[in-house]
Amino acid sequence: MTAAVFIGCSFIAFGPALALCVCTIAAEPLRLLFLIAGGFFWLVSLLLSSLVWFIAVQIGGSNNASVKKNLLIFGVMVSVLLQEVFRFAYYKLLKKANKGLMTISQEETLPISVRQLSYVSGLGFGIMSGVFSLVNILTDSWGPGTVGIYGDSPQYFLSSAFMTLAIVLLHIFWGIVFFDACEKKKWWALALVILSHLLVSGVTFQNPQYEGSLVPSYIIMMLMATWAFFTAGGSLRNLKLCLMCRDKDFLLANQRPR
Amino acid sequence: MTELSAHLPQFQHGQLTENFPDNHLSNTNDNSERRRHDNSERRRNDNPESETNGQPQNRAQQVVEQDEEDEELTLKYGAKHVIMLFAPVTLCMVVVVATIKSVSFYTRKDGQLIYTPFTEDTDTVGQRALNSILNAAIMISVIIVMTILLVVLYKYRCYKVIHGWLIISSLLLLFFFSFIYLGEVFKTYNVAMDYITLALMIWNFGVVGMICIHWKGPLRLQQAYLIMISALMALVFIKYLPEWTAWLILAVISVYDLVAVLCPKGPLRMLVETAQERNETLFPALIYSSTMIWLVNMAEEDPEAQRKASKSSTYDKQAAANQIQNEDADMDDGGFNPEWEQQRNSRIGPLESTPESRAAVQALPSNSQASEDPEERGVKLGLGDFIFYSVLVGKASATASGDWNTTLACFVAILIGLCLTLLLLAIFKKALPALPISITFGLVFYFATDNLVQPFMDQLAFHQFYI
Repeated sequence: MTAAVFIGCSFIAFGPALALCVCTIAAEPLRLLFLIAGGFFWLVSLLLSSLVWFIAVQIGGSNNASVKKNLLIFGVMVSVLLQEVFRFAYYKLLKKANKGLMTISQEETLPISVRQLSYVSGLGFGIMSGVFSLVNILTDSWGPGTVGIYGDSPQYFLSSAFMTLAIVLLHIFWGIVFFDACEKKKWWALALVILSHLLVSGVTFQNPQYEGSLVPSYIIMMLMATWAFFTAGGSLRNLKLCLMCRDKDFLLANQRPR
Repeated sequence: MTELSAHLPQFQHGQLTENFPDNHLSNTNDNSERRRHDNSERRRNDNPESETNGQPQNRAQQVVEQDEEDEELTLKYGAKHVIMLFAPVTLCMVVVVATIKSVSFYTRKDGQLIYTPFTEDTDTVGQRALNSILNAAIMISVIIVMTILLVVLYKYRCYKVIHGWLIISSLLLLFFFSFIYLGEVFKTYNVAMDYITLALMIWNFGVVGMICIHWKGPLRLQQAYLIMISALMALVFIKYLPEWTAWLILAVISVYDLVAVLCPKGPLRMLVETAQERNETLFPALIYSSTMIWLVNMAEEDPEAQRKASKSSTYDKQAAANQIQNEDADMDDGGFNPEWEQQRNSRIGPLESTPESRAAVQALPSNSQASEDPEERGVKLGLGDFIFYSVLVGKASATASGDWNTTLACFVAILIGLCLTLLLLAIFKKALPALPISITFGLVFYFATDNLVQPFMDQLAFHQFYI
């Protein structure tokens, strides 16, 4: 408990996202704006899904624990679908905004490419999602206490942090694949993204059997990572060049000798 | 707008020479105005004939035919200026939330201001609602009265009164309120402190603050002081306004801001028009500015103007201080609030520009070459906006059951509201208030997150489900 757990869990969950922000987003104000706007869109989707859940609970109205759990599962599914709907809405908004900017500036190229936008919006969704899932748990971990004193799992904080990390990274990959699918009208890819999101949320219903939830989530994350990598234009050749510091484009951009 | 950009440098000069009692919510106006100025300035800079005070229409044509690069630059600088505003607003909110979370003094109920005489500790919900409505009504009418008073003072050229008012109010803020704040922080962390060291610290803090804000100082230091005094004001509001009253006041202030800025008979608008008739600039006191280039310009041309500029920056404070002085000596009441608001309001004024005023301003000589570089032109935001944004987020963190979720939701909502306001400004190119959109979003997200999202997230965390 206390500071060690707090710092450890927050960096497990948000370390990669923070690094990505510092390295890629912080320097460009436009990207930062789109990041915050993406977070806002996720927040609105959460609001609507909470409303739906709240109404369902009021209608359902019983104090039965299993009924409540079922209503919660229903709420989770609705929330996932609404998140994807809002991701699509954000995509549409960004396209329109970009088109508007292009007509104003009469340029051939957009000020920010759709790929960058997909990455930034995915990151925005992921960060908001992670923060909302974890921040109250983190504040609880700062104070004194004993985890799992009533028979729950003592790895509550750690597993929450790892799950949040998976969700944050998954949102980035989903964003990239989603926007690309919308651009190229590949509706099967879109459906697959939505299905994988539902699947990841679904496996969390197996908590606290963490083998059943964390492991599949991370497997899905790896698969989505490779899919997003290839969608974003990566290839084995690119990867090799990059790792061996022979990527000419990157080096030229950074003015470093080969 | 090109005409606005055209007269921005003169405007700034003018402003520096003018003593304005500005009383009000036109931080937003100011902001939008500034933002507008900045946008148009950028375009104007790339215009080869930028030195001519030509017809606004011609300028507009030239703007349309701008280089593509400039438009992209405009967009990039537009985003950059939005971020330049996000940073201080975020910092102010962070300071306020950090204080609320750690120092219990600001969440403890120690009475109410005399502007909100009705208590909220009533027996029935209906009575409480009625009391809070009455409180909000009293507060708003005090603000309106003060604004009108300042407009009258300005119209009858009682500049000395306003100067004195501003100086006394900033003295109070920099010395007394920071002394209380420091005392409470020491109490919270159980730090032993002697009076001599404390006096030395407060003296240095206050004097450097007065110099930085009212005269000259490093830009970052001035910005830091402005953020600190905004945070202190916001904390006073959070402490002394009871809950329902606070939310109602926030809502009503946004509506008032909207009305005062956009209606033809609004006090802010009248103030600006009077200022423009007299060829005086609206006083930018108590405005957070991200650049100080104009000071450099001023030093070269008009020491008189510079003196006045520094004086004008004290106006708001003086006005606020004056108001406080005029109130009862009972400091705990913080007679600060409405007066200060009015100060701020009137000071910043509704920056509406009429064709006559524009022509008048354009007639002024323009020698501001230095500030034409888009990177050096900064954005300005009124401190009242800082304060009310921080009040909203601070109240959310102090009283919400959803705790951090609610605070973060309000924070994001306010930032997006600010962004939208700037976007609307760029589209409509007229003075727009900055409070309404952000405060509306903030309020909607506060109540929605606290009542709907928090139970949902709570249940999810309990079962460890992830969405």
